[in-house]
Amino acid sequence: MISVAIQKRHGAFALNARFEAGLGVTALFGVSGAGKTSIVNAIAGLDQPDTGRIAIGNTTLFDSEQRIFLPPERRGIGYVFQEDRLFPHLTVKGNLRYGRRRPNDHGKGLDLERVVTLLGLETLLDRLPHRLSGGEKQRVAIGRAVLSRPQLLLMDEPLANLDALRRDEILPFLERMCRDLAVPIIYVSHAIDEITRLADTLVVLDAGKTIAAGPVAEVTARLDLAPLVDRRDAGTVLDGQIEDHDGPHQLTTVSFEGGRLVIPAIGGAIGERLRLRIQARDVAIATVPPNNISTLNCLPGVIAAVGAPRHAHQDVQIDVGVPILARVTRRSVTDLGLRPGRDITALIKSVAVERTVAPGS
Amino acid sequence: MLSPLEIEIITLSLRVSFWAVLIGLPLAIGAAWLLARTTFPGKVLVDGILHLPLVVPPVIVGYALLVLFGRQGAIGSILYDAFGVSFAFNWKGAALASGVMAFPLMVRAVRLSIEAIDQRLETAARTLGANRVRVFATITLPLALPGVLSGAVLAFARSLGEFGATITFVSNIPGETRTLPLAIFNLTQVPGSEAAIGRLVLISIAIALAALILSEVLSRRIGARIRGTPT
Repeated sequence: MISVAIQKRHGAFALNARFEAGLGVTALFGVSGAGKTSIVNAIAGLDQPDTGRIAIGNTTLFDSEQRIFLPPERRGIGYVFQEDRLFPHLTVKGNLRYGRRRPNDHGKGLDLERVVTLLGLETLLDRLPHRLSGGEKQRVAIGRAVLSRPQLLLMDEPLANLDALRRDEILPFLERMCRDLAVPIIYVSHAIDEITRLADTLVVLDAGKTIAAGPVAEVTARLDLAPLVDRRDAGTVLDGQIEDHDGPHQLTTVSFEGGRLVIPAIGGAIGERLRLRIQARDVAIATVPPNNISTLNCLPGVIAAVGAPRHAHQDVQIDVGVPILARVTRRSVTDLGLRPGRDITALIKSVAVERTVAPGS
Repeated sequence: MLSPLEIEIITLSLRVSFWAVLIGLPLAIGAAWLLARTTFPGKVLVDGILHLPLVVPPVIVGYALLVLFGRQGAIGSILYDAFGVSFAFNWKGAALASGVMAFPLMVRAVRLSIEAIDQRLETAARTLGANRVRVFATITLPLALPGVLSGAVLAFARSLGEFGATITFVSNIPGETRTLPLAIFNLTQVPGSEAAIGRLVLISIAIALAALILSEVLSRRIGARIRGTPT
């Protein structure tokens, strides 16, 4: 368990971060300049906060009152930077091996071969970094950090400097790694799709302050978090499992807490767990259950909350067993009398499959 | 081809320069690292003092060495009493004078190449568990190698040409401190030695040129390996 409670003033910018992160992937989300990198740098020991405390389990990394500040090399924290930062004079293998001398028990069984396979680096081992593509470099950088057997892995927008193609090339590797390694990860990003794909816990930052922290599904369903709600692609995630495949119609039924969703056919065995993402603008609201409608997913629910108006829109939180968001016009809110407690039907036009979740995770 | 006397002069010159660089280089790398990667009070002053030999008349450096490292000198007497080492009027003194004169050139070259290294690489190494010493040995030094090499060659060539400080400190003793420039100077005092001077001049130029070319080739190879530009 990592606990962070730090403050730092930097000119007009004041950082005030407070959160805890456990096993799995904790995403630090916020717009550029929200203080995400400052936080991970403080955790890594590259930057010293003014006051506060950072600890992993029983080990205190920083404590302003006790005057503790462990240097980065003694923190046992891996760091994947925005840039690959590979050592140009060492081969891929040399880079991967650089951090391997750390004598501790974390990440047992994390040997070179396993990481090389996991990240698809088999054919690159003898190359120097300048002979790698951007995506390959970042994969090596990830492998290098993992192989240092950290007790915590920090990733600061590891995909931000890559074009969409390279990003899509790495995401599956990242996903597999996050799932397979028993190392807690703090993942910094301002890309909501990366977060919903990778994260279990979401910490939202706004102007240097942590304004929310909790399970991804819970936090994304909140109406009061400007960094999330202000986005065009605002939406919620649902964790469910494959219930049935409808071959002739190329559809798959996914069940989740409180209901079923029909989505375009995906592979995967019955019972496999997966995460779905529903964007608020893909959800419509009907006050009477509609007939003769092409939308397959009509879920009965209760309005839990109505958000503040923004431009022509208003976000409505609907409880369909789990909370989901619908983005409707202000006019609809008034005309249909949408208010908390009202029974409605949520019409979900499209559902994106974000990832498959390993059973039991 | 070369006379025994010429061979003696060349051997002595090479030995003096070799030791001047061999002892001076590690110290210069240390000084360059301090100047490039740390801040401490009085840094400007230290920087200035290190560069003094570049700008003061060599005869002053030679005189200062005489005062400090002579048999009766403040440091020289201690070294002699404790280790039996003497720099007075022997080739070691010549090497010391050459080393001191060439020191700023080494520091400058190494410092520039350390400053050119992306510090973020060193930071990355520390997050991988390397302490400052290991970061220096495995990241900073290898990446600064082209600068170290060119600094060493520059210092070597400078040492071969050292004259003023050497003659002031350890005089002009045949077979002991009479290096190439001193030998040439000596011959200019003897009428009718134009041919002998000419030979020594050509030898000096040949050695210096060979050193410079060698350094250029090596530094390009290393640079190419690091930066990935084709040789």
